[in-house]
Amino acid sequence: MQSSLRIVWIYPDLLSTYGDQGNVLVLEQRARRRGIPVEVVHVRSSDPVPEQGDIYLIGGGEDRPQILGAERLRRDGGLHRAIQRGASLLAVCAGYQIMGSVFGGEEGQPVPGIGLLDISSGRGERRSVGELAAEVDPSLGLPTLTGFENHMGVTRLGPGVTPLSRTLVGTGNGDGTEGCFAGKIIGTYLHGPALARNPALADLLLRWAAGPLPAIDDSWYERLRNERLGAVLKP
Amino acid sequence: MSQLPLRAQLASALGRTAATLSRATGRGDGSVIGGRVGLLLEPDLLRKLAHEKKLALVSATNGKTTTTRLIASALQELGEVATNAFGANMPAGHVSALSSNKAAPYGVLEVDEKYLPEVLSTTEAGVVTLMNLSRDQMDRAAEIWLLAQKWRRALAGKPAHVIANCDDPLVTWGASTAARVTWVAGGQRWHEDSWCCPECGGPLDRAEGIVNADWACRECTFSRPEPNWILDGEDAVDPRGDRWRLNLQLPGTANRSNAVIALATAAAFGLEPQRALPRLREVKSVAGRYTTVERDGRVMKLLLAKNPAGWLEAFDVTRPDRPIVLSVNAQGPDGRDTSWLWDVDYRILTGRHVYVTGERRLDLALRLDVAGVGFTLVDTFGQAVTALPPGDIDVIANYTAFQSIRTEFGRAV
Ligand SMILES: [Zn+2]
Repeated sequence: MQSSLRIVWIYPDLLSTYGDQGNVLVLEQRARRRGIPVEVVHVRSSDPVPEQGDIYLIGGGEDRPQILGAERLRRDGGLHRAIQRGASLLAVCAGYQIMGSVFGGEEGQPVPGIGLLDISSGRGERRSVGELAAEVDPSLGLPTLTGFENHMGVTRLGPGVTPLSRTLVGTGNGDGTEGCFAGKIIGTYLHGPALARNPALADLLLRWAAGPLPAIDDSWYERLRNERLGAVLKP
Repeated sequence: MSQLPLRAQLASALGRTAATLSRATGRGDGSVIGGRVGLLLEPDLLRKLAHEKKLALVSATNGKTTTTRLIASALQELGEVATNAFGANMPAGHVSALSSNKAAPYGVLEVDEKYLPEVLSTTEAGVVTLMNLSRDQMDRAAEIWLLAQKWRRALAGKPAHVIANCDDPLVTWGASTAARVTWVAGGQRWHEDSWCCPECGGPLDRAEGIVNADWACRECTFSRPEPNWILDGEDAVDPRGDRWRLNLQLPGTANRSNAVIALATAAAFGLEPQRALPRLREVKSVAGRYTTVERDGRVMKLLLAKNPAGWLEAFDVTRPDRPIVLSVNAQGPDGRDTSWLWDVDYRILTGRHVYVTGERRLDLALRLDVAGVGFTLVDTFGQAVTALPPGDIDVIANYTAFQSIRTEFGRAV
């Protein structure tokens, strides 16, 4: 990390359909509350992706913007170079699928992804819409994931990635797992402001970029988490 | 007397009886249940009812109930108007609206965006009014790019005269296959769904400003058409260049935009602004929106906002010196996903007395916390009202939250 933490939001003009800005705002708030200076860069799809960022975010979107986004990221190459430099990435929903080798287009046709994650996605039979809860891979040391999913995707994980979590409620990848991670890349179907419901996941991204973090007041985050988890995980 | 065949007349009469019962038993305003009974008996009913009238269909993500009301008020200058005044905007509601006033020579129907192709094909309406498209209730709504594509297909090859807001690129694209379009520079406050060209996906270059701001694709020829009507501050400018001071009772830029679009639509029926405008000025509140309710000296200005673009329009109408109560639910009609809260820039509320309530108040509380906006969390709307001193209070609520406030504090329409 340089003097300030650089958060790069990729293609808000194409892929920010579901409140994806929330992930940017949550990371920014949680860094600033710890006295870490933050610079946020919004990269439109007509502009090159800078290589010098610390944390990259890419969000969800409709079929056509997803295809356009994948084409432009592949042509640009900036995100690949940033990852090689050691940057971390949170890829959400349509953005998650783009990171794989292939995903399903408007008519279900295979569209090439950008190959940053060893996954391949296709179009499922029906849309999965609703609350999701999942137990995170123990190696990451994170509490239960909570969020909302809204997608038709089915994602197969290759040997190069680890499932992010095992679903308790909801569909996720479609095989009982939800999302995946490899190195400092995390992909998830928890769309929109996933980090607002999972502040520990936000802190994991911040730690990867900035090292150990002091605790902060999480009371609003915790109250929301407890309410949502309580609503879907009835005892 | 009605020209309808006997079976259709019977279906329509039964529909009216069911609607009366629904109102009498207090289950609603009756408009949807009446239509459902009618449709079951006579699938062609809507077609038959529509063919007796000169009809306008009104569709958009936001403002369609208000604009429908404005157009219907204007056309009353020409004769009786049948309209779905309570926002029942799917075919069942259309049957109910048209059969409730069969003698009316005119009809103005608010149409759900998804149903527009079907309703246009059934009714063969002569006028179609299209205002804006933006993200809305993503857990169940159609994707808007896809929606605009369906509008294009539905309008292609039809004789309908389209009135469309050319400040909205997606609406422009959706309308541009129509044989005849009157373009209205009605403004677009929410730009987040139109940074990319709907035609080719390239970047759209956009001039600064909310109303009458030019835009063009950097990579193809798609660009803003020359407007025929323009909203210019407080005035509507008609195709001859004549200015009309709007002086509406309804507040805000969004309603001035709705009014210019209503004037352009009225003109498509041959009604000139000098006759239409006084009718628009009579409209004070629409299905409870913009209405004021009072309790113990607290005067509450009720605003409905269902999606990020709607919240921006609502903020435009509130006053910074007044306390404000925000209420958010996530029941079926609201959309069960609250992600959209993160698309709204709440920082405009910084420094105001903000009360947060509704079933999803914790989602909103965290959202405001992250935005750095101070607030007070209360369990019920009533608690917020009690906690505030007598005086004016702004209230913004999403759909079911709004309805529950109206139920508790009076249903003045
Ligand atoms: Zn273009």
